[in-house]
Amino acid sequence: MKAYDIVIVGGGPAGLAAAISARESGIESVLILERDKELGGILNQCIHNGFGLHTFKEELTGPEYAGRFIQKVLDMEIEYKLNTMVADISKDRVITAISREEGLTRIKAGAIVLAMGCRERPRGALNIPGYRPAGIFSAGTAQRLVNMEGYMPGREVVILGSGDIGLIMARRMTLEGAKVKVVAELMPYSGGLKRNIVQCLDDFGIPLKLSHTVIDIDGKDRVKGVTIAQVGSDGKPVAGTEEYISCDTLLLSVGLIPENELSRGIGVQISPVTNGPVVNESLETSIDGVFACGNVLHVHDLVDYVSEEAHMAGKCAAAYVQAQKLGNTEEFQGGRAVSLKGENGVRYTVPVFVRPEHMEDTLTVRFRVGNVYKNASVCTYFGDTCISRRKKRVLAPGEMENIVLKKAEIEKYPDLETITIRIEQE
Amino acid sequence: MEKRELTCIGCPLGCAVTVVLENGEIKSVTGNTCKRGDDYARKEVTHPTRIVTSTVTVEGGSAPVVSVKTKEDIPKDKIFDCVRALRGVSVKAPVHMGDVILENAAGTGVDIIATKTVL
Amino acid sequence: MYDAVIIGAGVVGSAIARELSKYRLNACVVEKEEDVCCGTSKANSAIVHAGFDAESGTLKAKLNVEGNAMMEQLSKDLDFSFKRNGSMVICTDEAGFSVLETLKARGEKNGVPGLEILNREQLMALEPNLSDAVIGALYAPTGGIVCPFNLTIALAENAAVNGVEFKFGTEVESIGRTDSGYTVTTDQGTIYAKTVVNAAGVYADKFHNMVSKDKIHITARKGEYCLLDKNVGNYVSHTIFQLPSAMGKGVLVTPTVHGNLLVGPTAADIEDKEATNTTREGLDFLIEKAKESVKDLPIRQVITSFAGLRAHEDGDEFIIKEVEEAPGFFDAAGIESPGLTSAPAIGVMVAGMIAQKLGLEANPNFVGTRRGIPHLDAMKQEERAALIRQNPAYGNIICRCEMVSEGEIMDAIHRPLGARSLDGVKRRVRAGMGRCQAGFCSPRTMEILHREVPLSMLELTKSGPGSEIVVGRSKEMEGM
Repeated sequence: MKAYDIVIVGGGPAGLAAAISARESGIESVLILERDKELGGILNQCIHNGFGLHTFKEELTGPEYAGRFIQKVLDMEIEYKLNTMVADISKDRVITAISREEGLTRIKAGAIVLAMGCRERPRGALNIPGYRPAGIFSAGTAQRLVNMEGYMPGREVVILGSGDIGLIMARRMTLEGAKVKVVAELMPYSGGLKRNIVQCLDDFGIPLKLSHTVIDIDGKDRVKGVTIAQVGSDGKPVAGTEEYISCDTLLLSVGLIPENELSRGIGVQISPVTNGPVVNESLETSIDGVFACGNVLHVHDLVDYVSEEAHMAGKCAAAYVQAQKLGNTEEFQGGRAVSLKGENGVRYTVPVFVRPEHMEDTLTVRFRVGNVYKNASVCTYFGDTCISRRKKRVLAPGEMENIVLKKAEIEKYPDLETITIRIEQE
Repeated sequence: MEKRELTCIGCPLGCAVTVVLENGEIKSVTGNTCKRGDDYARKEVTHPTRIVTSTVTVEGGSAPVVSVKTKEDIPKDKIFDCVRALRGVSVKAPVHMGDVILENAAGTGVDIIATKTVL
Repeated sequence: MYDAVIIGAGVVGSAIARELSKYRLNACVVEKEEDVCCGTSKANSAIVHAGFDAESGTLKAKLNVEGNAMMEQLSKDLDFSFKRNGSMVICTDEAGFSVLETLKARGEKNGVPGLEILNREQLMALEPNLSDAVIGALYAPTGGIVCPFNLTIALAENAAVNGVEFKFGTEVESIGRTDSGYTVTTDQGTIYAKTVVNAAGVYADKFHNMVSKDKIHITARKGEYCLLDKNVGNYVSHTIFQLPSAMGKGVLVTPTVHGNLLVGPTAADIEDKEATNTTREGLDFLIEKAKESVKDLPIRQVITSFAGLRAHEDGDEFIIKEVEEAPGFFDAAGIESPGLTSAPAIGVMVAGMIAQKLGLEANPNFVGTRRGIPHLDAMKQEERAALIRQNPAYGNIICRCEMVSEGEIMDAIHRPLGARSLDGVKRRVRAGMGRCQAGFCSPRTMEILHREVPLSMLELTKSGPGSEIVVGRSKEMEGM
């Protein structure tokens, strides 16, 4: 059985950044396992621009953003295996991987970084009634067909869901000569970035119908049309608002789900809100030496935040391995834990607890809100004491938010049990 | 007098901004709630620009297509012209990130370059 | 001139074809769809019924019990998934017990072994997720679950290996009589045959009525289902039925042989025999109804829903016989539940009738066994590793939800009666059957079909002509 200090599962933006940071933290033996035929993950099919404003202070396309990290991995001579699927991970960190070249292999890891990303919610998850013809694609599948295979999935398109991938595909399909008839969004607001609504829909006169959903799919062999309807505040279609739209394609951009089947297999505790692992300030899961970052941990809106988070995971995994080499991982594990809670509009926080003695001088806590809030404040409470209020002009479910905790501040409260983040209206 | 309604993309607030023009000259910008909104609206009304991204066919490479973009912003009304200019364009592998795929796309003076390496 | 032409390559047509291939004859199967198992056989409860439902003395009762008894050996001979997980008919009030008693007595008369009525306490030990309302159940240890796709595919493939010809994409338009038999006119030309077998599912009445004045009438009875993620596949371990009604056996909750949870069906008589669409009302109904059987049904785990059409004949009985006024024309009509269970026995029965009619001799070269496509994810590590060493394509995982390799997909394509479409691959090896519902693997499976069949990407379909997946190359669309 081969052994590596750190094995990273997934060679997308999270895996790449984690690998680089682990190496920068002094770990020589790092291995990336990637199931696709190249590194870069989903960025390879995100050929649009808008990536990297935070990280590189310039606007890159997905492949360019990935390319910078891939180049670094190559320069650092970090080992990676492509076309390799991880089938199983055991509690004692033995990875079973499958590939054409090496067959079934077992790899022992000192620490593991989970960076498998996420998958798209399929039609079935929404239980949309109707036929099951060809022509129904998740937006990401369509994106792969168009951007990587060079094929067009349809001519006349309806898109359900105004998540960013759906918006991006509306523009992409339009530029390739397809007619995007409408984007329907179940919620009364879009989950996508404003910039994408303007530049992907408004620029091309594509209507966005909020509080609308697809209630029927017509066509036995290939999609012939869909029926959309307005939904009421109860989330149910409003009778009399049905509208039949002929089309040959339905794209679904209805949410992403962190891909945690492997994590569940190890026994990692999963948050029912994020569908990602429950982690501490070091991004370590409930299983010793198993870390998580990127979209497998929680779905991000900007890849820059993925890279940042993964950098942290790589660094912490390296610290774990170093402690392991000195035989004192127990020290790595101990310590007083302060739990982090989201309340009053804050749906979740990552991490969910913080151990002051293990944290760096500052810790970025990421979270999402459950609704659109205008002129509200993000308030941080240590116990019952409000220690910070940050006024925000707008908070939206589609945009990840964060607060920064200071170690020095937490240390002033030796009996602190809970830190709560709340949204409060002025 | 001409009125243009825009959505500001500066932040998630997405202010509905109204620009009033007279003979092509901006008379007023209203509805924005910050300076960025004003700047955005003025540029968007007078000379809106975009980066265009697309793909072109690769011959003999490890992938059937390679992703490309306009190296810089091009005028918004040239988007379709730029994409059409890529019709029928194919390149031979290897293609490297940054390689010029098409010079002076649709007369914009901007080159279209590869955004990925395909060997 | 064929000795026999079978109309329909569903489970019944395929079972008859396989049984016929035990004789020396020249037979073919015509199927309007692009593959076997495209109609009722692909969208049903996937249950091997014990046999207590049908009235004693009916063909339904007889063939159900016979088919059930055959299934285990057949699953070994032909290598498809079958599990005797046992079934329960639950009741929620005292009055229900008398119905259970009736079912039990009927079952015993039909020859169903091991029937037992259990009280709540006994049930909870077996099925802790039953709803609080359940007070008792009829327990049938011989009830089972099966993979309907691979049952049908295995039967057809084995028939093909033993010499039966399959003509796909061939729709029968009319049937005429000749001195020596029948002319079966299809959209692909005319077929001459001494005998005709009508195994056309919901369309069996159409073909019967072409040769007989004694009309039959088949109604398509729609059943909608929800399939749940493997995460909750062990929510129940037995097949949980509700008390039967005039429209069928009620909504059941069952594990599938592949480890998912299946909830359904509804029952609604419809006009359009192609209307395999699900409806809001139907899906809502069955989700509500299933709650009577199990508590806290994890409905958020639904990964897909689908609908199938039962071929319900007015007489409420299988019609399996030679049509009196049309000698040599054999009906296998009105095959609704327990049709899947009965199929192997129907095969024996119909083949026997034809053999007698034509005086057929046994086929000395008949091979009665078949190895299925290896399912690597279910194998022990060493076995799997050895197979990958033999054929590295088994190491290239294409469908990550179901862990299906390129090698398995290539097998699905290259076997006799191989897959030609995404659905064909899916039914054979489950690529695309998992929780992401083919989002990830479909472009990759398309590539393999494109390379191996071969088919151009533009010709590739989801489920046959008309269901093409892509419409053109990028940069070549009109309107660009």
